[in-house]
Amino acid sequence: MVQSRSLIDESGKRTDGRVIDELREVKIKVGIVKNADGSALIEFGKNKIIAAVYGPREVHPKHMALSDRCVVRCRYHMSPFSTDTRKSPAPSRRETEISKVIREALEPALILEDYPRAAIDVFIEVLQADGGSRCAGISAASVALADAGINMRDMVSACAAGKVDDKIVIDINDTEDKEGGADMPVAYMPNLKKISLLQLDGELNPNEFNTCLDAAVRGCLKVYEIQRSSLIEKYFGDEKDMKE
Amino acid sequence: MSLSKKSTVIVENLRKKQMRESISAGKRLDGRSLDEIRPIEIELDVIKKASGSAWVKLGNTEVVAGVKVETGEPFEGLENSGALIITAEVLPIASPHVEPGPPDEETIELARVVDRGVRESEMLDLSKLVLVPGKIVYTIFVDCSVINVDGNLLDATSYAVVSALASCKLPVFEIKDDKVVETGKTQEPPITTLPISITTVRIGDYLISDPSTEEEACMDARLTITTNSKGSIVAMQKGLKGYFSIEDVKSIADKALVKGEEIRGKIKGLINIG
Repeated sequence: MVQSRSLIDESGKRTDGRVIDELREVKIKVGIVKNADGSALIEFGKNKIIAAVYGPREVHPKHMALSDRCVVRCRYHMSPFSTDTRKSPAPSRRETEISKVIREALEPALILEDYPRAAIDVFIEVLQADGGSRCAGISAASVALADAGINMRDMVSACAAGKVDDKIVIDINDTEDKEGGADMPVAYMPNLKKISLLQLDGELNPNEFNTCLDAAVRGCLKVYEIQRSSLIEKYFGDEKDMKE
Repeated sequence: MSLSKKSTVIVENLRKKQMRESISAGKRLDGRSLDEIRPIEIELDVIKKASGSAWVKLGNTEVVAGVKVETGEPFEGLENSGALIITAEVLPIASPHVEPGPPDEETIELARVVDRGVRESEMLDLSKLVLVPGKIVYTIFVDCSVINVDGNLLDATSYAVVSALASCKLPVFEIKDDKVVETGKTQEPPITTLPISITTVRIGDYLISDPSTEEEACMDARLTITTNSKGSIVAMQKGLKGYFSIEDVKSIADKALVKGEEIRGKIKGLINIG
């Protein structure tokens, strides 16, 4: 957390030209992995992440199965070429923790009781990382789960907010994460209005914390709109064309 | 790969019902109120071979933390800071449900969340722990061993790390003829603040602090919030497959600030520092 240079200039522009409550450009493409039951590619700024869902399918090994609900398995993984310095392909402790919090962020949205004794596998592969990859991964995985036709209570939309040069901004990029004051990733179920992932690195006073949480939720709602239209695009895109 | 877990600790439905009823009446099965934290006991310097150590009891949860100091290369990108490494292990002696082997995701999360609180609060001024800028720095290990599990390992481990670090005496190293030598002298650690973590869990519609093992078996979601001496929040981690409403999160944060200050006072008293 070395604040060596100003990350927001006099006109309120951030290092990548955005204003404080602006998301990076987000694009989601649904169904890009042919073999998967559901998949999505998310481009979140320079992040390029594929989420693929397999299942519900049989659990191997069988003793992992639960008799009353489905197990969710989640792997968040970064490709060796995804970062500035090569990342060893072996799973790191960071990836282990992120796999766990992502699974826990997605599970409350899934109606797991509908698939007893089965497994749903969620694979998140970060091809290019640019800060906020766990949030982008969650948003992509949620779309992939919907694409796989898994029964869901809600979408899960994720966005980070944080403190940069003492201002609360949404969607922290890589530079802001490394040099800024605080980073708070949040995953939110927009219709149920519930938070399913919440982490924080960095110092926030109580007022800043409240502002930051509200800002992150607003970011999640923006992501939700993009997730929604990506699914509409895949499933109703043709109909829209016909009407026009 | 992260996998939805069967709970290892099984609580009978009857007992669960009893717990829910009791909580809705404002009292927990062990007699505590909903936001009451179990008694904390701290014994310092239990390990003479370590530069600092603490044996912390939070109710029946017991954790030993030890500080070891070496010199080494700084982390990449942090050339002018000492290196701080915090680890945690849940020993097989700690409960019938623990098996020896490489750490599982829960233990990795435990160490990383405790580390996050200490690191993000900048409890230790690491810039003061540099011998040759960019080349040789102090490397401080805080290793934690969980001796007995009865819930809320996150807070117990965090208190053990904070107590061991705040009370440690760092060896003084010097550079002589391009070599690192230990002088035999010791110095006070550069402590700037005492980060205190407070873990709150949701069971049904109720929020309770410092859960026991039995309560953890019934909880829906968990939120750990670490605060510093200035009354700011420095780290957070939500856990488990449940959720919180925005109001829950805000009220947990308010509570964590108040309770954190209380525990900070208590720990300061127990480890005898201003």
